[in-house]
Amino acid sequence: MREMAGLDEGTPLFAQIAERLAEEIADGGLGEGERVPSMNELAGFYRINPATAAKGINLLADDGLLEKRRGIGMFVASGARKRLLARRRERFARRYVEPLLAEAARLGIGLEELVELVREATHALPLNAQGGVTV
Amino acid sequence: MTPAISVTGLTRRYRDHLALDQISLEVQTGSIIGLLGRNGAGKTTLLRILAGQEFPSSGGVLVHGARPAENEAVLRRMVFVREDQTYPDFKVRHALRVASWFYPHWSAELADALLADFGLPADRAVKKLSRGMRSALGIVIGLAARAELTMFDEPYAGLDAVARQIFYDRLLADYAEHPRTILLSTHLIDEAAGLLERVVVIDRGRIVLTADTDDLRGVATAVSGPVLAVDEFTAGHVVWGRRRLAGQASVVVVGALDEADHLRAGSLHLDLAPLSLQQLVVQAAGQPADTLERTTA
Repeated sequence: MREMAGLDEGTPLFAQIAERLAEEIADGGLGEGERVPSMNELAGFYRINPATAAKGINLLADDGLLEKRRGIGMFVASGARKRLLARRRERFARRYVEPLLAEAARLGIGLEELVELVREATHALPLNAQGGVTV
Repeated sequence: MTPAISVTGLTRRYRDHLALDQISLEVQTGSIIGLLGRNGAGKTTLLRILAGQEFPSSGGVLVHGARPAENEAVLRRMVFVREDQTYPDFKVRHALRVASWFYPHWSAELADALLADFGLPADRAVKKLSRGMRSALGIVIGLAARAELTMFDEPYAGLDAVARQIFYDRLLADYAEHPRTILLSTHLIDEAAGLLERVVVIDRGRIVLTADTDDLRGVATAVSGPVLAVDEFTAGHVVWGRRRLAGQASVVVVGALDEADHLRAGSLHLDLAPLSLQQLVVQAAGQPADTLERTTA
């Protein structure tokens, strides 16, 4: 398998490009108003077809997360980070809590014990100002 | 806009062997297309006919709207780099000079840069080059020609993984600045997969699949685990190549799986592994022609 900067099989590349950019925006690596890498920059870095990279960028643009400035390129739209974080929050239960409960049930770990395990794990990590866990 | 390539009902017969059987294909300008298939499937025959080096037994072939055979106006707009390309007896730089006279968009600058990338000595006689270096020369000419239709037929005999990576990277970089239509016939499917916007799979002289490469990602998944769980999971799915050993089974499920499927597989203790493009092509070659197209449509 050719090295494609960590992209995987199984999901369309354009969707993975969009997902990576969205993560970058949600994590603050790409700030609002900042220029997003161009189609050719992404194609070169990930070693993929430029049309595929363009499709990934357009997916976010159609979603209103990026905005085009004629002749300069694509920029992160204002409010993009907030929207992405809200979306991640919606997916949190499905992505993390449901599998956690399923595996716990399989292993016979009861709710009380599970809550205790989560609490123990939290102690090992420092909490940040919002009361969340800083990893 | 006139398509770069338009092939209708193309057949090529050699005595009792049918190399191409009623092939129809249209390729729009400005994309990188993979031509995939087994040895002897008909890839080289198709490319040679497109390059005007061979004649169809029947059917029509248009390149940029005109018939390619003995048509210099069309031939100057295309470059065809063959596997084990041969050259007259002269030096590397002479080969490049001759190419520069023929191709209207020739870039001497790019040719020089590529020579350096591949470590190809300009003053070496072509016949003294190693097999890999001769392949590199073909690649230099194929890219520096900047021809509107660029065809590579297994262009990397004898090239190691590092040199192939240089080829892919330079091709992509130059394509980004100078878009053109690139047809790449290759066995090294997974290596090239990321470059290819579309793939055309040929098997025994027929086209068995044409699809956007990205649409094929995740379209087939190997499911393995306990037989009963596999059976339960795959019920109602199109399935390829069922294999069994003791209590374990492994099958390929055709059709995209969603998040619910993944959760269900997890609770059934099943392993899911998406098929790579290469595995997919291997599987597709043995299947009825439209199985995948029905599932990607």
